[in-house]
Amino acid sequence: MNDFFTVSIIIATLASGIRLAVPFLLAALGEAVGQRAGVLNLGVEGVMLIGAFAAYYTALESGSAAFGLLVGLAVGAIMGLIYAFITVVMHAEQGISGIGIYLFGLGFTDLLFQKLVGTPKPISGLQARPFEWLADDTGRVGELLLNHTVLTYVAFLLVPVVYFLITKTTFGLNVRAVGENPQAADTLGVNVNRIRTAAIIIGNTMAGLAGATLALEIGIFQQNLTAGRGFIAIALVYFGAWRPVGVMTGSLLFGIVSSTVLQLQVQDVFSGSVVPIANMAPAVLTVIVLVVVSRRIGQPAALTRPFTRDS
Amino acid sequence: MSGADIGRLLRPFAGLVVPIGAVIAALAVGAILLGIFGANPLTGYRELFTGAFGGPDELAATALKSTPLMLVGVGICIAFRAGVINIGGEGQIIMGAILATLVALAIPDIPRPLLVPLVMIAGGVGGGIWGAIPGALKAYSGVNEILSTIMMNIIAGFFLSFLLEDWLIEPGAIRIQQTKRLSHNADLPLLPGGTRLHLGIVVALIVAILGYLLLFRSSLGMRLRAVGHNPHASRSAGMKVELSITQALAFSGACAGIAGAVLVFGSESHRLIGEGGPLAFTQSAGFNGIVTALFGGLHPLFTVLSSYLFGGMLAGGISLQRAVQVPQALVIALNGVVVVFVVGSLKLRSRIQRWAEGDIQMEDRA
Repeated sequence: MNDFFTVSIIIATLASGIRLAVPFLLAALGEAVGQRAGVLNLGVEGVMLIGAFAAYYTALESGSAAFGLLVGLAVGAIMGLIYAFITVVMHAEQGISGIGIYLFGLGFTDLLFQKLVGTPKPISGLQARPFEWLADDTGRVGELLLNHTVLTYVAFLLVPVVYFLITKTTFGLNVRAVGENPQAADTLGVNVNRIRTAAIIIGNTMAGLAGATLALEIGIFQQNLTAGRGFIAIALVYFGAWRPVGVMTGSLLFGIVSSTVLQLQVQDVFSGSVVPIANMAPAVLTVIVLVVVSRRIGQPAALTRPFTRDS
Repeated sequence: MSGADIGRLLRPFAGLVVPIGAVIAALAVGAILLGIFGANPLTGYRELFTGAFGGPDELAATALKSTPLMLVGVGICIAFRAGVINIGGEGQIIMGAILATLVALAIPDIPRPLLVPLVMIAGGVGGGIWGAIPGALKAYSGVNEILSTIMMNIIAGFFLSFLLEDWLIEPGAIRIQQTKRLSHNADLPLLPGGTRLHLGIVVALIVAILGYLLLFRSSLGMRLRAVGHNPHASRSAGMKVELSITQALAFSGACAGIAGAVLVFGSESHRLIGEGGPLAFTQSAGFNGIVTALFGGLHPLFTVLSSYLFGGMLAGGISLQRAVQVPQALVIALNGVVVVFVVGSLKLRSRIQRWAEGDIQMEDRA
């Protein structure tokens, strides 16, 4: 028990929390963009799985993790296009069609994995650590912040990027307009469907990236690799009140809770039957968070409402 | 013959266009996938069909696979009709199975005619509680039920593995996450006919009929549907909307919980098994039940039929895998496609219906 409270272990736990936060952060940032445009995408989990498998398989076959990452991104974008067609053009109920996307992703990636790979084969993931050379000289701070892989920095860099995109650009203004009042936006000449489609594609591309990051970080694929992370990411959008910084805070919280549970397992504080109880922590935390935030924060007014001119 | 005449002829079938279209579309996607994997789609589908409906044993196997889908599906009908989206079937199945197992472990020696109904009821109670929690959270705190039910699934999955890791694990056995063989008095008896079909299917049919009576022949069901249709108007009319939402998810969870009990006491091993993860125990029925309910038009009795059809896909998927070496995970993927097509074509459906009723020209002119 005492071992847990040494500074170096706390630093290591926090650093691994930052690492574990990355898939949550990427997926939730993307989902936030889509929801700001008024589209709920419950298929994040499925898109993450598809992105993860695409990245894993490409990296396995080509030997290039970077190429795998690109394919994961591209597959996410394609899924975005499909989801945009389903929800924007066909006006499908967004909650249920997202579950359809999830089931498709779950079954499809399992199918492809069994058929194309069979037995789990490890890949060498994206291990480049751009600031590693600085980490040794900067002590604890370096250990905490400078010893991460490229994708971690990319993910956190996307927080200000998405913030800028939503709040400071014309596109972002249009995204918010079609999410709050599509009829008014339409009257002012904004192409509601085009803006929503773009937002969905951004969101799904980031979900694909989140899945790819997960696979390349773990270096393996298996059935249901994401294990509910995509769904937690959606909850984090609510937690973060649809704002990039809030989403980042939530992702870090979840990453650190997960890494703490892992660390306590490694330290044998949690063992045997306590492990599954500890593993419930993120899900229980999500429910509590939802209870706390649900009445406090208003969601985008037109969330889940398909746009039609005649209503 | 004018368009309106054709429309009048087709009117009774307009409601069928969407589900049939969705299946054809899903089968087309499946055929493409089979083709990509170098399997002949026709051979594949023939094997799927024979494996599902080819003889008495196949028909019985299909009925076995469809039992949990029917139970969960009926529950989904109740929830969705009340405007509550229950994605928590998986967790509700697990909690139902756990409570039913605990009852069978606590009172193993009471006679079968008492114990079998008791474990089924226990399943319903376990699943019902697990549904009522997100129901109450939605009704009284405004928590999005889609997210909370998904989290309840994850929590139930870990709870199952917690119980089987230690408390309920078979004493003295190798460390596999499963209970000992449960009381013989709780076994679901086999139905006559020499197949493996057991009483579970009868339980599912009874629940479907009760679900139908609840939704369409009771004042409680009327209130649930009114709340689903228009919560604001229902509130103005003096209905307790919060209570209705909680009730809807509780009933919905109870149906799934009974499925959990059937999965335990109708299984060949007569144990609660957590090995291989929660999805292995539930057979994904919590999700697939959503598919069958949507496909059955959210009507409990049609859900029975559609569940049998999808049970056939699951049973036939095994033959498909054996014959053309394409994993049966294909069936899960196709279920996702069916969901997307069914909900994606609702706009189309209303257009078809209006066309069938001869209104569409008027709308076009307007």
